[in-house]
Parts: sequence; C-alpha cells; structure tokens
Amino acid sequence: MKFSEQWLREWVNPAIETEALLHQVTMAGLEVDGIERVAGEFSGVVVAEILSAEQHPDADKLRVCQVSDGKETFNVVCGAPNARAGIKIPFAQVGALLPGNFKIKKAKLRGVESFGMLCAEAELGLAESSDGLMELPLDAPLGESVYEWLKLDDNTIEVDLTPNRSDCLSIAGLAREVGVLNKEAVSAPVVNALSATIDDTFPVSLTASEACPKYLGRVIRGVNPNAETPLWMAEKLRRCGLRSIEPAVDVTNYILLELGQPMHAFDLNTLNGSIDVRFAKAGEKLTLLDGQEAELRDDTLVIADEKGPLAMAGIMGGQDTGVTSKTQDVFLECAFFSPLAIAGKARSYGLHTDSSHRYERGVDHELQRTAMERATELLLQIMGGEAGPVVDTSDTANLPEKRTVRLRAEKLESLLGISIPSDEVVDILTRLGLELLSSDDVSWEFAIPSYRFDISIEPDLVEEVGRIYGYNNLPKTTTQGGLNLVADDEATTPYHVLEDKLVSLGYQEAITYSFVEQTQQDALATNETAIPLANPISTDMGVMRTSLWTGLLNAASYNQKRQQSRIKFFETGLKFIDVDGEIVQTRMLSGVVVGNVAEENWCNEKRVVDFYDVKADLEALLFSIDKSVAFEKGQNSALHPGQSAQIVKQGEIIGYFGKLHPKLQKTFDLNGSVFLFELRLDETVKGQVSNFTEVSKYPGVRRDLAILIKSDVSYQDIESVVRENAGEDLVDLNVFDVYVGDNLGDGLKSIAMGMSWQRLDRTLNDEEITQSFDKVVTALSARFDAQIRS
Amino acid sequence: MENLDQLVQSANKAVSDASTIAELDQVRVDYLGKKGQITALLKGLGKLDPAERPAAGAKINEAKEAVMANLSTKKDSMEQKALEAQLMSEAVDVTLPGRATDLGGLHPVTKTMRRIESFFAKAGYSVEVGPEIEDDYHNFEALNIPGHHPARAMHDTFYFNANTLLRTHTSPVQVRTMEKGEPPFRMICPGRVYRCDSDQTHTPMFHQVEGLLVEEKVSFADLKSTIEEFLKVFFEKDLEVRFRPSYFPFTEPSAEVDIEWGRNADGSIKWLEVMGCGMVHPKVFEASGIDAEKYSGFAFGLGVERLAMLRYGVNDLRMFFENDLRFLQQFN
Repeated sequence: MKFSEQWLREWVNPAIETEALLHQVTMAGLEVDGIERVAGEFSGVVVAEILSAEQHPDADKLRVCQVSDGKETFNVVCGAPNARAGIKIPFAQVGALLPGNFKIKKAKLRGVESFGMLCAEAELGLAESSDGLMELPLDAPLGESVYEWLKLDDNTIEVDLTPNRSDCLSIAGLAREVGVLNKEAVSAPVVNALSATIDDTFPVSLTASEACPKYLGRVIRGVNPNAETPLWMAEKLRRCGLRSIEPAVDVTNYILLELGQPMHAFDLNTLNGSIDVRFAKAGEKLTLLDGQEAELRDDTLVIADEKGPLAMAGIMGGQDTGVTSKTQDVFLECAFFSPLAIAGKARSYGLHTDSSHRYERGVDHELQRTAMERATELLLQIMGGEAGPVVDTSDTANLPEKRTVRLRAEKLESLLGISIPSDEVVDILTRLGLELLSSDDVSWEFAIPSYRFDISIEPDLVEEVGRIYGYNNLPKTTTQGGLNLVADDEATTPYHVLEDKLVSLGYQEAITYSFVEQTQQDALATNETAIPLANPISTDMGVMRTSLWTGLLNAASYNQKRQQSRIKFFETGLKFIDVDGEIVQTRMLSGVVVGNVAEENWCNEKRVVDFYDVKADLEALLFSIDKSVAFEKGQNSALHPGQSAQIVKQGEIIGYFGKLHPKLQKTFDLNGSVFLFELRLDETVKGQVSNFTEVSKYPGVRRDLAILIKSDVSYQDIESVVRENAGEDLVDLNVFDVYVGDNLGDGLKSIAMGMSWQRLDRTLNDEEITQSFDKVVTALSARFDAQIRS
Repeated sequence: MENLDQLVQSANKAVSDASTIAELDQVRVDYLGKKGQITALLKGLGKLDPAERPAAGAKINEAKEAVMANLSTKKDSMEQKALEAQLMSEAVDVTLPGRATDLGGLHPVTKTMRRIESFFAKAGYSVEVGPEIEDDYHNFEALNIPGHHPARAMHDTFYFNANTLLRTHTSPVQVRTMEKGEPPFRMICPGRVYRCDSDQTHTPMFHQVEGLLVEEKVSFADLKSTIEEFLKVFFEKDLEVRFRPSYFPFTEPSAEVDIEWGRNADGSIKWLEVMGCGMVHPKVFEASGIDAEKYSGFAFGLGVERLAMLRYGVNDLRMFFENDLRFLQQFN
C-alpha cells in the first residue's frame, strides 16, 4: 500500500524523522518497500492569476499574458492551450529554480519579453505528463509559495503488507500502528452522523447473507454533476497512488484509503426495482467498470437488481450503473463481505482491485456506519445534495463472532524466551486496541478488536507482544534438548560420496529442469508415461521428465554450440512416471559423456571416448559399493542396439548404459559419439559392510589361456564357464587380450585370460593346477566349440 | 729396484691416460692384477736376500697402494661424471603440463547446500527428503494455507490437477517428517521447489532448505541464536543479523531475517533479506498430530540460489540452470 507521510502525520505525528519512521514500521513488520518525494524540488514558484492573455504578434501558438502575484503584474509569454484570463496558476518567477536544476531567467520569445514561466503539473514534478497549465483553485492566495501552499514537503511511502495485516491497509490502521510504536495518541477526524433531510431509500435484501452479512445503503439526491474534486482531496489520492476521476468516485476512494472501507457509488437512476446480494447464476454476464465483459460463475457473489448483476461484490462495479459526470442521484453502498466469499475470486477472473485486496484479507465489520457517515459528509460538502437515511440491512448471526483470547504468562515466556513484565504486556496489547477483560497471576484475557482478523489464538498474542517489544530485543539462547544424533547406515553409501567419486572421475554436475519438452522426451521413448503439467510455463517445459537424459542431452548440446567439445555431465534428481494412474517419483543418477578421452595435450593420446571408457567410470563407481554388479546386454530404445547394457545388481536391473542411438543425434543436435548412463540411486547406494577374509601366506600360481571362439559369445558367458570349472581355489581371472582379425577366420575372435589359483592352507601343486586348467579348456570347447591357441 | 719408480710412473701415466672405466680396469689388471707388473715385483721378493726383503716389500707395497689410490680416485671421478651425464640426459622440462586429466566439479547450488547441510548436521539435524510432486494437503492445507488463503496468490503453483501440484516450497517435508515420527525433531530438507514464474529474477525451479526443530520448551530466542550462528558461519563473517516481524501461515510468531550487506554512505547498515523463519504454528502441529501444549518448535526456510549468489557473487540467477561449462567450472 502507498500512503502520504503527511496524511499519516495528520493522524499521528511522532517527533521522529522520516528515516526513523520508516525503520520503525519496517521493524514492526510493515516492510517499507520504497519512498518517493510527492513533487520535484522547486522554489520561487508562487500562486498567480492570469489577468489577460493576448495572441503573440509573431507566433500562432504563443500567448502574451499579464500575470499578477497580488503585488505586481508581469509580462509572461506562454504556449499552453489553457492559458486564459481569470485562472490561477503556478508562476515561476525570474530566479525560480524548477526540478532538474532548471533556472528561470528573463527571456525574449519571438521579440516579446517574458518575465518568468507559467507551470504545468509535469514541470513541477507533480505528474508524469501534462497537457496544459496547472489550474489552481480560485481561492488560492496570490503570491503564496506553491510548494508551501500545496504542502509538497511530503513523501509517498510504499509498505509491502503481509496478508495478515489487512488492518493496516488504511491511513487509520497505519496511524494506529505508528501510535502504538511511539506511545502517541491518534487523532481521527470527527465524523458526524448526518440526519437525513429526505426520506428516500432504496430496498435491499441479502439472499446470500452468509457471504454478505451487512449492507448499508443511502440515497443522496440532487448532487451537482458539475462539482469538482477539491485539490486537497485529489492531492491526497495522488500521493497514495490513485487518480482523481469523479467527485463521487473520489470520495469512495478517499474513504478506502482513509478508513480501509471499500465503498461503491451507484447512479440511483440506473437501478431497477431493488438490490439483492446473491450468488450469480452460472453464465450471467456483467460488463465491468474497466469495460470487460465477465461471464460469471455461480460461486461469485454479485450485487444485483431486478434486471441482473450490477457489480461483482467486493471486487468491481459495473459499467452501466456507476456514477458519471451526469449523475444527479447517488446510491452509496457500504458493505461487509465475508473474506471467504471474496478470497481468490478476483484472481479467478484475472482481476485484482483495491477493493478485492482488502475484502479478501478482511475489512472491519464494525466500520461501515462510520465510513458511510464520513463519505456522506464529504460528498455533500463537495457535490451538495440531500441525504436520505442510512438503511442498514444486516444478518447479525453471520457477522464474525467476537473473539477473546487468553494469554498465559508461562506460554509467553516459553515461546519468546524472555519474561516480559505484566504491565508492559498489557500496555502493548491495549495500545494495539485489544481490551483487557480479566487477568490473574498467570494469564490475561483479551477481547480482540474486529479489525484484527489475524488474532485468534494464543501465539498470535505472543507475536504481537514480541513484535512491539522488538524481536531484536529478545535474547539469544541455545536449545535445551540433547543432540539427537542420527544413526549412519554404513552399508548404504551416502549420495554425496557417489557424487564426489564422479567428480574425481572428471564429471561436472549439472542441474536441469524437472520439466521438459514432450516431443524430445517422446523421441527418447522410454515407454514410460510422462505426467503433463496443467499450467506449464511454456511447451518446452510441458511434461515432467521420465529420465534425466533429456535435460542432460540438451545441456551437452548447449555446450557443444559454445565450443565445448569434451563434456562429462552427471545429475541426480527425481524422475516422474505415471504407473497406471499412480505417480512414481524415483531418484536417479545419470550422466552424459561426449568428446575426446582427454583434453588436447602434448603427451595425451588423442582418442574419442568409447564404450569402455565410460564403463570404466561406472565400474569405479559401482564396484566400490558392490562388486557383484553386472553389465548385461540390454535393450533401451534411446541407446544404440549394439552398444547398450543393463546394469544388474542382486538380480535386479538398476539402470542402463550405452551409446546414444544415432537416430537421436539430430533430435538433440549433438555431434560425436554420445554415451549415457542412468541408475536408480537408492538401489545403487545399497551395499554391504566390509567383511574381513584371510590373506594367504602361500604363493599363488598363474596360468594363461588363449582361445579362439565365436565372435558372438560374450565374455560374460565365457567367464561364467571358466569360474564354474576352474575349481574353488581360483582367486583371480582377468582378460588381458581380445583380438579380432581376418587371419583368425570368419566370425572368430581370440581371447586371452590369466587365471590364478591360491589356497589359504598350502601351496598348490602343479598337478592340481593342470587339472583345473584342463577342466576349463574342456568345458570351453564343449560349450562354445572354443579352440585353445598355442 | 730402481725400475719400481719407473713402474709407478708409467702406471700413474696409464691411469691418467685412461679415458673410460674399461681402460682404467685394464690399467689395474696390467699393474696390480695377478699377472700385473707390480704384483710381479712382489712375487720376485723371494729371490732377494732375506735381510733386504722387508724394506723392499714395504717399498713395493707403498708403491702399490699409491697406484691403487690413484686408480680409485680416478675411478670415482669417472663414475661421478658418468652419473652426471646420465642425470643430465634424463632431465625433463618440469614446466610442461602434466598428462591431461579431467577436473570435474559440483554445481554451485550443490556446494551451497552441502555447506548448509554440514552446519546443521553438526548441530544434530538429520537430512530428510520428500516428494516433489505433492498433494494440496501437504503443500498447503496442513501448513495452515487453506484454499482461499491470500498466501496462495504468492505461490504461483504448477498444477497437475486440482489436488496434485509441484511443491512450491520444502515446507511440506516438515509435515511429512512430523507425521511419521514422534518429537523431538531436528531436521533439514534441501531440495527442488517450483513456482510458475520466469523472468530476470525468477526461474520456474529453484532450491530451498527447510529446517525444523521441535522439542519441549523451544523458544524464539533459540531460533534467533540458531539462525544467527548459521549465517555467520555460512558467510564466514561476523555480520549483523536482524529479525523483522513478518508473516507465514505456518509459523507464529514469524520473522524475516536480514543480514548486513555493506554500508550506506552515512555509515548505516545496508540490510538484505536472506531467509524466513518462525515458531511452528499450532495448526501445523495439530495437522501432524503433535501436542502443541507439550512441544514447541521453530522452522526456517531459505533460498539456496540466493545464498549462492551472495556467497559467490553470481549476478544472474538463470545461469544456475543453463549448465554452461564455462560457468560451472568456475566453482571447481
């Protein structure tokens, strides 16, 4: 909310500078968001009257004016279209200083001497732009400094109020708060109940009295349609960020700012029959004040007459029934709508108004009578007319209940961590408008004022006391509870250990968005159902990711386009899958690798990353947790069918790894061989606590075996035959050569393995080794038709 | 015996003439070997008069030792030279770069979260995680933000349907943690959160860390010291911290925390808002089945990107999610 500092100080004027005031309200929870002067800095500008305005002899658009400041008459050349005799204007005399350090000097305009300048609002920093001279009221005192007379030594202060503090959405509310903070009395303008001078009323009924438990109406007849909003009021509105429109509208806006009560002024003669406050019928139409036509839903409260909706209750009036410059008879509305009935409704129609902002947060339901009287008084003062009686249609049963809250001293102390003396507690809360109903040694009972929608339970009072006492005056202490140390499960590797390992292996962590473009994700076709967002920010963030690959491939592509040719990314995070209507969120660890094995360097091998480079990284990662993890030939539609593996742990597939399918290179605009892996993180990190096994004192024996075998036999199959047949003393098996070449014969490869045997209790003899070795050879040739190579 | 001197002379000449270790060895063999010339003189002692033998023997031995010493000095120096030559030939340019290896690194958001986690882990907080696709109940209702609440307007929420959404904050993990356990609680929850907002200063996804402590007799004063200590440790600076009353539906009292971030021209402190906190609202306890009379607690939440930006001087939030290696590698 924006407000004028001067206006606030009319209500309460503590002896502190602006800066201190701003700090004070910020620290009370009303955060100051900005401060601006209400006008530019200027001097030497006085109220003057144009005595005559003659056409300039040599310039069509200029006039030569005789201007009086009450003492002297000056010759001033002026180009404004509204320069005419009889009006009062701000007159910058020779020597005046205007905003922007613009000094007024004597000048000659097309041969005519000019002693000063007549000013428009914009030239005094009172408006963004103007189309003519600023016309001052005719009672403005000649010769008086305009800066002084308009009281321009003022600031527009913007406070960013939290939704709980609707009570501060007015000068009255802010003044109350500032009064409390400074222990100063607040002086509200005296509001006199005006006795009716006519009997006219307009019938009102409340069909939806739960949503609108109180509705005050008043007929005012015979207002002067030519009346103008007085400058003091227009200025106050302007300094609070509102534009002056029509006197009747300005009065309602003035009440909104001054007291926090939204009001509406209808043109009485546009209303038909009677008013009813009811919920809209679905599909009813209403053209709003801003010219938009709204199609109403049946959850929307409206003010209607016998023909249909007139206004969206608490949000915005209708175009056809509002006051205009021709209105002579006014119907003033001042209602209390339940916050629940208004909350969220404006937003659902794409609207947000000063009125809806206040009603959905809560307007004081005891304020309507005062607001109506104050508005009537101002309206009659400005526009004249005769007021009828105030008709109060209320359903008291549906008005908010009176609240009382008990505050226990013990609770106050235990929540704030300090004991605050009883009289200070009572002083703070009563100054805030709470009424002490009763008290004993251990507690106080307070009645909560109707404007404090945010106070209903004990901690609310604790906050009020703490806030006014000052959070920064509260002590700092250490919690009394003991350390609640969390057991560490050693068998489960913490995520960060895996991440650190990947970093050591040269991977850079990426963080990509959890939502991706559907078509890209579909191209990866993980045959899992993605979950679409109902309100995505854009189509390229339309569905939740079913794999981290989409984001990582895009990140790789982004970097390739920026001359980064070597990329090793990993990411951890959730993937989101719809499994028969159920949302499954699984934490994944994924990576993408593309480019050379190493940065170009005088001593490095220049080689492009291949399957086994990335596999080595994965082995380093996975075997440190569980050495039994296996890579099996697997199928994944995103991967090259000849270079894809599924990663299996304890019989369960925990992930996939392989080369990006060449057909997808284009989808992601990527160059070079791209390798991908993705692991289910929670399964990946599960391992066992290490278990000691004895180290043999006896030497081991190694035998090498080279075989010629069909190319399509996987090493995994060979290895399992070797292990099955090499006997229980086999302690090590490694493959040290794989060779494929024409000289071997079609469809054949050569594999050389080293096998080592060792026992804990003795040295194995040659005969035993030979026996095991032969058994392996026999089994391999029986199973795969393998031939031993000499 | 007069040729002994000649012999020594010629031996010493041979030693000094030798240019390789092999030649030097040959000199040793020629003079001092089994069939060497000086050795031969010693063998010839037997032919001398027994009375002359000791003196002659001593003389010959003296000559032998002199030659031997000469030999070994020469050999040492030749070996030294050979070693020097070898060392010289094996020298490398130590200023050439080493064989290239990759330097990976963690994302600055992760680094920041780790520093936060590390602080709270030392203070006995566990690290909890929760779902990112949340239900309306845990994200809003249970946190005292009913459907009509104006605070919902501040959370531009991504929805899947009326009841399912992307969590707008990490606060639902408070509820989930309290639902499944019994106090005391000390936990933090780092994670991704989502708001339907994207411009210079907003990304539709960002990270928060939520903290919760529930015990008997926890006070706002306890909260103050926890937050203040954390901020001082995080920024490694004894900075001023202030607590400003604010509003969150799930805490009461609530505060926003500002830190000292430079000074104005007049020496006054420039304040910068960094996080929100407060005492757990009784309605949140109630929703989680915790006795608000017996227990009290505090909760806090902070934006990880914001802290990372302040800590590392990053000036554009969006860079965190572009994954530009030239940006990311600055934090390695």
